[in-house]
Amino acid sequence: MTMLENNIQTSGDMIQYVTVVIGGQLFGLPISQVHDVFVPESVTRVPLSAPEVAGVLNLRGRIVTAIDMRRRLHLPPLEEGQMMAVGIEYKQESYGLVIDTVGEVLTLPAASSEANPSNLDKRWAEISGGVHRLDGKLMVILDVDRLLGAMFTEPMVAA
Amino acid sequence: MDDLLREFITETNESLDVVDVELVKFEQEPNNATILDNIFRLVHTIKGTCGFLGLPRLEGIAHAAETLMGKFRDGAPVTQEAVSLILTSIDRIKDILGELEAAGGDEPEGDDSELIGELEAMSAKADEAMNGAGAETSETEEAVSADAEQEAEASEPDQTLERPLRPGEVSLDELEKAFQETEVEGDAVAAAPEPAAETAKAKTAPADEKGSEQKKSANKSGGSVSNQSIRVAVDTLEHLMTMVSELVLTRNQLLEIVRRHEDSEFKVPLQRLSNVTAELQEGVMATRMQPIGNAWQKLPRIVRDLSQELEKPIELEMIGADTELDRQVLELIKDPLTHMVRNSADHGLETPAERRAAGKAEKGTITLAAYHEGGHIIIEVRDDGKGLDVEKIKSKVLERGLATEAEFDKMTDAQIHKFIFAAGFSTAAEVTSVSGRGVGMDVVRNNIELIGGTVDLRSTQGKGTSFIIKIPLTLAIVSTLIVEAGGDRFAIPQLSVVELVRVQTNSEHRIERIKDTPVLRLRNKLLPLVHMSQLLGVQSAEQADEAFDADNGFIVVMQVGSQTFGVVVDGVFHTEEIVVKPMSTMLRNLTMFSGNTILGDGSVIMIIDPNGVASAMASHASSAVAEQSEEEAEELQSKATSAQTAISLLLFRAGAPEPKAVPLSLVTRLEEFEVSKIERSNGRDLVQYRGALMPLVYVNEGDQHKTEGTQPMLVFSDSGRSMGLVVDEIVDIVEDRMNIEVGSERPGILGSAVIKERATEIIDLGFYLPQAFEDWFMRKEMDIEALTKKVLFVDDSPFFRNMLTPVLKAAGYDVTTCNGPADAFELLENGSTYHAIVSDIEMPDINGFEFCETLRRDPRFRQIPILALSAMVTPASIERGRQAGFDDYVAKFDRPGLIAALKDVFSGELGVAA
Repeated sequence: MTMLENNIQTSGDMIQYVTVVIGGQLFGLPISQVHDVFVPESVTRVPLSAPEVAGVLNLRGRIVTAIDMRRRLHLPPLEEGQMMAVGIEYKQESYGLVIDTVGEVLTLPAASSEANPSNLDKRWAEISGGVHRLDGKLMVILDVDRLLGAMFTEPMVAA
Repeated sequence: MDDLLREFITETNESLDVVDVELVKFEQEPNNATILDNIFRLVHTIKGTCGFLGLPRLEGIAHAAETLMGKFRDGAPVTQEAVSLILTSIDRIKDILGELEAAGGDEPEGDDSELIGELEAMSAKADEAMNGAGAETSETEEAVSADAEQEAEASEPDQTLERPLRPGEVSLDELEKAFQETEVEGDAVAAAPEPAAETAKAKTAPADEKGSEQKKSANKSGGSVSNQSIRVAVDTLEHLMTMVSELVLTRNQLLEIVRRHEDSEFKVPLQRLSNVTAELQEGVMATRMQPIGNAWQKLPRIVRDLSQELEKPIELEMIGADTELDRQVLELIKDPLTHMVRNSADHGLETPAERRAAGKAEKGTITLAAYHEGGHIIIEVRDDGKGLDVEKIKSKVLERGLATEAEFDKMTDAQIHKFIFAAGFSTAAEVTSVSGRGVGMDVVRNNIELIGGTVDLRSTQGKGTSFIIKIPLTLAIVSTLIVEAGGDRFAIPQLSVVELVRVQTNSEHRIERIKDTPVLRLRNKLLPLVHMSQLLGVQSAEQADEAFDADNGFIVVMQVGSQTFGVVVDGVFHTEEIVVKPMSTMLRNLTMFSGNTILGDGSVIMIIDPNGVASAMASHASSAVAEQSEEEAEELQSKATSAQTAISLLLFRAGAPEPKAVPLSLVTRLEEFEVSKIERSNGRDLVQYRGALMPLVYVNEGDQHKTEGTQPMLVFSDSGRSMGLVVDEIVDIVEDRMNIEVGSERPGILGSAVIKERATEIIDLGFYLPQAFEDWFMRKEMDIEALTKKVLFVDDSPFFRNMLTPVLKAAGYDVTTCNGPADAFELLENGSTYHAIVSDIEMPDINGFEFCETLRRDPRFRQIPILALSAMVTPASIERGRQAGFDDYVAKFDRPGLIAALKDVFSGELGVAA
C-alpha cells in the first residue's frame, strides 16, 4: 500500500480524518497533520513561482506558503464564496492548503481504506493515499508528503 | 556527554586557538618570556584537565609538548622545526578533541607514540643545545642549575611527590607560581592597548581575551577578580533574537493601528513600548556582535604554514580587528577570507628572488583591514605582490571561451580583472597544494553575495592586488525600500539602491529608447532600464512598455558590483526596517527573491534579491550598454538615431574640381607611381604592380594621367587581380555619414552626398571594376559554375545595394537584390529559391531581426542560411542577431568578412551534404 500505512499504525486501527471539500470532492487529511484551519486573507502573490503556489500569507506571525489545491488538482478556480485553508507542517515549514470548505472529523478504521482505483486521473493519483468508502460518497485520502514532496522536485515554471 | 566535559572541550578549543596565535608570535620573538609563559600555562592547563577527566591520549601529547616548551623556558634556543612540531601536536590535540566531541565523550583510539617520541627527541636536542651553550658561557649554566636547585629545594619541603618529576614536568609549586605571574601579566596586557598603534590592536585583541581567560583561571585558584562574563549558548541568543524580531514586528503592527486612530489613549504607552523595544533590539543585536578579529584568529597560523611551504617570507598585518559585526555574518565570511588570504600568499606574492629583482623588500606583506562605512562593514585583503596579470587572464579567458578577443578590446583592465571571479577560473599556471584548483574566487564571490555583500578588486601590475568586500553589518534586520509594481508590493534592500528618479515626459529625466530597449539619460550616462513587473513576469513586455509611457513611474537606480541599472516601478512608498525571514523551501529556487517578511500592516512582502535582478539584467539583451563607457554609449545612441552611421570615406579629386568619395574600406591601397612607369599596351594604360600588370582606369572617359612627376591612384584588389583608379589628388579621409541625397543618372556615380559640408560625388565601384577586367564579375562564376549559389540581398539603402552587389558578384554569387523585407517575402512566396539571404538590420517598417524571425518561423525557410549585415556591431546586437536566428553577423563595411561568412555558410552546408 502506501507510506501512509505507517501513520495509521500509530493510532491503533482507527484514524481520525479532517474532511475537506475541493471542487465537490471529499478529501480527508489525517488529523495529526492538520495544525489549524483558517481563512486565507491578504495573500501576497509570489511572481515566478509554480502556478499551484497561491502566494504567501501571515498566519499569527508565521509566514505560510499557500497552495491552491484546486489548481493542484487541475480544477477550475472557485467562482464565488469564501475559501478556507488547512494549515499543515512539512519539514519544519508551514504550508496552507487552500480548499473550498472544511467538513467534520471522521474516525475511520485503517483497514477500510482501499488503494487508488487504477483508472484514477494520474494527477490525482499522485497525491492520493487511498480511498475510503463512506455512506453515499467516497473520501480520497490526501497524502501530504507526496503532495508537497512532488512540488519540490517538479521543475518550477520560471520565466 | 556531561557538562564538565562539554565545558572542557569548549574551553580547550578556545585555548588552543590562542596557543596557535601565540606560538606564531613566539617564533618571531623567541626571547619574549611573557608569550612563552602564556603558552606554557595554557598547554599545562589542558594537560592537567585531561588527567583529571581521564583522557590519557590528550594528556600524553600535551605533556610531551609542554616538556619541550619547558626547555625553551629554560633557555634552549627556539628553532623553527621545534615550533612546527609543537604546532603539529596542537593540531593533533584538536583532532582528538573533535573526535571526542563527535563520539560524545569517549576518547578515540589511536597511537601517538610517534609524535610523542619526536617531541621527546626534540626535548633531548634542546637539552643538548642548552648544555652546549652552557659550556661556553658558564654563567648561564650556573643560573640554570641554580634555578633547578631552587626548584628542587622549593618543591621538596612543601610536598612529597609520589614519583620523581619527569623531565620538563613542573611541580605544583611552580604551577602556583605560574598562576600568580599570569594574573599580573593579564593586567599588564590589558593595560597595554592604549599606547599601542592601530596595528597592535589586532594582536592585542586575542591577548585581551586571554587576559580574561587568565582572570578566570586565576579565579579558580582562589583569585579575587570578579567574573565579568558568562557563557551563553548560541542557541539561546538566537532564540532571543528571533523573539525580539517578532516583538519588533508586533510593535510595528500596533503603531500602524494607532496611526489610524488619532487620539487613542494607547498612544503614550505604545510610544514607550516602542522605545523599549528599540533598545531591547539594540541590546540583543549587541550580544550577537563579535569583533572580526575572531574570524582572523586562525590566519596567522595559516600564513606561517604557507610561508614555510611556499618558501616566501610573509608578514600578516591586521588592522581594525576590533571592528564588530554580526556573529552569523562572521561565520559566513570566515572561509572566504581564509581562501583569499591563501590566494594572496600563493598567487599574489612573488618569491623572494622575484621580489628582490623588482626592488621590493624580500618579505611580502598581506594586510587585512576592516572598518565601518555607512551601515556596512568593509574588509580589505591586500597584498604587495605582483598584481594581476592581464595577459594571463586574457589567455585563460579565451581558452575557457568566456569571452572573445573582440570583447577584450572594449574592456578596461578592471573589467578583465573581474574574470577571476568567473566560475572555473584559476590563473595559477600550476595547481599547487595551496590553491589553484579553480574553484576559488567564484566560490568566494558566491559566498559573499549570499550574505548580501559584494566583492570588488583593484590591482596594479607590480604593486599588488586588493580585494574589497562590502557586507551588511547584520543579516537579521535590513533596511528596505517598499515599492509597488504590477499591483504588488516588494521590498528592495537599501544596500543596493543608489538613488530614486522620478520620471516625467516633460522633465529632464525621461525614458528614451534604443530600438526597443528603454534607457534613461542620467548625468551623461545611459542607464539600462527594465520594468519590475516585466522582470518578475507579472506583466508582458507590451504591458510594461505601456507602463513606461504612462508617465508616472519611478526609477530605482540600483548598483550591484560594477553593474548599474534602473528598475522601473509604479510607486514608491517608504523605507522600512524589516526582519528577513527565509523563504519556504518550495520557493527558494526563485533567484529574484532573497526572502520575505511581515510588514507593519501584517501583510507578507517579498524581498527582492539585487543579485538576482542583476543577473536577470545581464541576460537581458540590453546589458552590454551598462558596461560601456560614456562615449561609446553616446556613440551608440547617435548610431541608433540616424539610419546610417558614420563611415570612413576617402575623398579625392579626379577629372573635375568637385570632390569625389569612395568608402575607404573598399580601397585596398593608395599608391603613387612614377609617370614613367606607366606603360601603354593594347590600347590601355598599365603599370607593373607586384609582379603583374595592373590596368589603369580613369574616372571620366578620356581623362589622361599626369605627364610628369608621380601619379596617385587608388588600388582595388580582389583575388589576385588589381585595378588602379587614376585620380588627380587624394584630398582627405573623413568620418562622416553618407546620405546620398541626390541620385545620379551618370554611370559610375551613385549620387551626391554632403560630406564635410560639400556636395560630393560618391563613385560606383561596380561600374569601374569591369572596365579593368571585363570578366571581373564573371570569371568566378565560370570557375565554379557548378557551385554558383543564389543569394538574396536585402537592404533598404540603394548605396549599399550598389556597393555590395558587385562585391558579392565578384565572389561568384548570383545576386538578387530587393529593397526591403516586404519585397523579399514576395520573392520567396513566389517560389524563388535562394541558397542564402544577406539582410541589413536597420530598415524601416520591418527590421532585420524581425525579418529573420519571421523567416525562421516558416518551415520552408528554416534551413536557409541568413547573414545579418549591420553598421552597428556590438556584443549585444550580435547576441540579439543570434537569438533572431541569424547564422552570422557581419559589419557592413567588412567586405572580406562578408565573403568569408558566406563561404563558411556554404562550406558548412556542403560538409553536411557530403
